[in-house]
Amino acid sequence: MQRKTLGNILSIFILLASFTMQAETVSSGEDSGDLKSEIKAYISHHLLDSYDFGLYSYTNDQGGHEYVGFPLPVILWDDGLKVFSSSKLHHDEGVAEVGGNLYRSYHGKIYNVTSTGGELKMDDHHHPENRVHLDFSITKNVFTIFLVSLLILFVFSRMAKSYKNSAMPKGVGRGLEPIIQYIRDDIAIPNIGIKKYKRYMPYLLTVFFFIWIINLLGLTPLGINVTNNIAVTLALALLTYLFTTFTANKNYWGHIFWMPGVPPLMRIVLAPIELLGTIIKPFSLMIRLYANITAGHIVLMSIIGLMFIFKNWLGSSLSFFLAFALSLLELLVAALQAYIFTMLSALYFGSAVEEHHDDH
Amino acid sequence: MEKLINEFSFGLFFWQLLMFVLLVILLGKFAWKPILSAIEGREEGIKDALDAAEKAKLEMANLNADNERLLQEARAERETMMKEAREIKAKMIADAKEEAQAEANKTIANAQAAIESEKKAAVAELKSTVATLSVDIAEKMVKSELSNKDKQLELVNSMLNDAKLN
Repeated sequence: MQRKTLGNILSIFILLASFTMQAETVSSGEDSGDLKSEIKAYISHHLLDSYDFGLYSYTNDQGGHEYVGFPLPVILWDDGLKVFSSSKLHHDEGVAEVGGNLYRSYHGKIYNVTSTGGELKMDDHHHPENRVHLDFSITKNVFTIFLVSLLILFVFSRMAKSYKNSAMPKGVGRGLEPIIQYIRDDIAIPNIGIKKYKRYMPYLLTVFFFIWIINLLGLTPLGINVTNNIAVTLALALLTYLFTTFTANKNYWGHIFWMPGVPPLMRIVLAPIELLGTIIKPFSLMIRLYANITAGHIVLMSIIGLMFIFKNWLGSSLSFFLAFALSLLELLVAALQAYIFTMLSALYFGSAVEEHHDDH
Repeated sequence: MEKLINEFSFGLFFWQLLMFVLLVILLGKFAWKPILSAIEGREEGIKDALDAAEKAKLEMANLNADNERLLQEARAERETMMKEAREIKAKMIADAKEEAQAEANKTIANAQAAIESEKKAAVAELKSTVATLSVDIAEKMVKSELSNKDKQLELVNSMLNDAKLN
């Protein structure tokens, strides 16, 4: 009985993220420790990627987990290409048999369990040993990335079309145009310079809207969290790094390898430091976005979880308002992180194309 | 850190990279380029329109200044014309007055001269009349004396008195 209630409670966590308070009978039990660990497990599960697009889950009358959502394709490169539906994995609980190999998912990763007879073999650090070679599965995050990309493409190409008939955009473009102008006038031009900013505009605009929209989706009840994956932020930061490096001029490299205005010995010392700096800059971009969004999700979910730990109307309602206020803050953070990523990318691009000045 | 590396998903990284590069290229071609050029075109248009308005304003101001100047000139001209007219009027009046005065003086002088000559003529006539009269009287006195001495004297006296009265 209590497990059912707990399952119900957990299932509405994500619904609460959209500020819809549902009347829920809270069990009277003395198992707050159990509840805490369950909430903790739920949060860590939420932060992981998954092989199917699960909207929520609950525990049925027989005590088994029921999942609401839809499966996504699993694509593996493991002794040849293996493609199968994630429904075969049964949410970490089943073993999928594909092309003579057995696969099992565990904590958002897929493992080849053919040699161990369908069971995971754990190492000393409690990590499974039998990993697959390459995993190109369309996971929940990949699916979301596709979805957001299509959305952005659709919205902005439509906005571009609306300019054909009139000088002013129609519909959603009305609201988006000032943001585009802001990115151009207050991010790109001041940091990169009026002469060279145009080349970087597509990247800056795309990166801003991509991060912003995907961050916002993370605050919806769909339980999406793309930007708190280090793989995603690494990909974005890597692109900023590559773009900076491959468009850099002589002046930029000159400042790295042969710093003007300092004694020759210092130049030799400075060169490796400066070279490292070029990598640290995008690295900080990667960590900043990842850490901010992850922390936001953990704190928000913990406070929502607090509601069920308090189990009284005062504490729970206070937690609710705290969660509400924090959600508003997260809305700001979603935009802020997109802004910071774009801003700093523009700054790095600016340093790469800066013209030589004689004043130093 | 170990957790981060352990959780790193190459698949997600691969798809994100691929999708994002594709997104940048596609958006750059189909969205950002037309949007930015449209915005730029519009801004250019607004700037041009503002410049033109500014220019028109300047021209208008110039025109106004010209008008003002013309008006000022016209006013000044009118002022001088009126002043001249007043001067001419005053001069004409003065001249007329002077001329009239001269004419009057001349007429008066002529009249005086006529009066003088008339007076002289009258006096001369009177003198001749008196002389005739005196002769007449003297004749009559002589005639009377010849008849009556007393009477003659009396006559002479009365005659003289008459003459005096005359």
